[in-house]
Amino acid sequence: MYLEIITPEETLFNGEVNYVKIPGSEGSFGVLRNHAPLISSLGEGIIKIKDENNEEREFEIKGGVTEVLKNNIVILAKF
Amino acid sequence: MANLKEIRSRILSVKSTRQITNAMKMVAASKLRRAQDAITRLRPYANKLHEILEHISDISDANTQSVYALENKSDKILLILVSSNKGLCGPFNANVVKKTIDLVKNKYAKEHKEGKVHFMAIGRKAAEMIEVKGYKVSESFDELFDELTYNNVKKTATKFMDLFANKEYGKVEIVYNKFKNAAVQILTNEQFLPIKHEEEEQQSIHNDYTFEPSKEYIINNLIPDSLKLHIFKALLDSNAAEQGARMTAMHKATDNATDLIKELTLSYNKARQASITKEILEITAGAEALSA
Repeated sequence: MYLEIITPEETLFNGEVNYVKIPGSEGSFGVLRNHAPLISSLGEGIIKIKDENNEEREFEIKGGVTEVLKNNIVILAKF
Repeated sequence: MANLKEIRSRILSVKSTRQITNAMKMVAASKLRRAQDAITRLRPYANKLHEILEHISDISDANTQSVYALENKSDKILLILVSSNKGLCGPFNANVVKKTIDLVKNKYAKEHKEGKVHFMAIGRKAAEMIEVKGYKVSESFDELFDELTYNNVKKTATKFMDLFANKEYGKVEIVYNKFKNAAVQILTNEQFLPIKHEEEEQQSIHNDYTFEPSKEYIINNLIPDSLKLHIFKALLDSNAAEQGARMTAMHKATDNATDLIKELTLSYNKARQASITKEILEITAGAEALSA
């Protein structure tokens, strides 16, 4: 599935991933392939991703919003 | 004919002016590139935000309910002038002031007579110019351009939004230069608040979204975000436009200096020639007088 992490000033990440852990405002949740459509606001926390090669990366955010639709995940992050 | 020394010193001074304007042109060009990059980097965020708002199908209903969309009873008007902190950029700042005064004299003439139009300025130049014309600027945010980041702009934008939400102003408008390309700036006057309803065809693709925590919560969060983004985008646009305007102005100044140097060099050579001819004439006349 395809993930984009965007802030008003730059695009932090852009590419295929196997797994994303997102800090939702009501608690963090994981997203795997074929997740149901979802729009969620985000709280302060860390986004953890596993890319195609299962390598882990982390991004710290202060909030924002995410949309999961048809294996496309967009995270609009705030710092 | 001016004397040789005078012309020579003028040529020298014009040459050093040309060096300065040329350097300023180069600096503006490199700043312009950075400013343009910033706009390009903002675009994905702005597009996605818009997309998500669209995907929440009944966004237009939500829009009408938001504090920022409802008209309030206050008849005071806030005009925000976006200009630059530095001059030497052609009519860039004067245009903003002219447009503002035009608004005050025509569109808001009645409100102005009652003293209900207030001004706030982002950028020192327009604030200075409009105060000279006798309008009072109630607050300035000049330091925003020193470090143009989203987080800095957010605070100022929130301030404008609070003023509206607290019903201190019934309308907030913003006047700024939009960046088109290096040579062209489009003077823009937009209504910031209340949010104007865009009449677009809504093709809401119904995806059964799960909303976390709730649809209303997300919409209420996204609308202020998109408003802050509006201000941020206006500032980025104005910044790029300013560099473009300065580059063009300095380019023209450099060209003019070059022309001037050419002219001065010509008259310098003419004067030099004349003085040589005069000297030869004197010598030959003297020699003839001796041999006669």
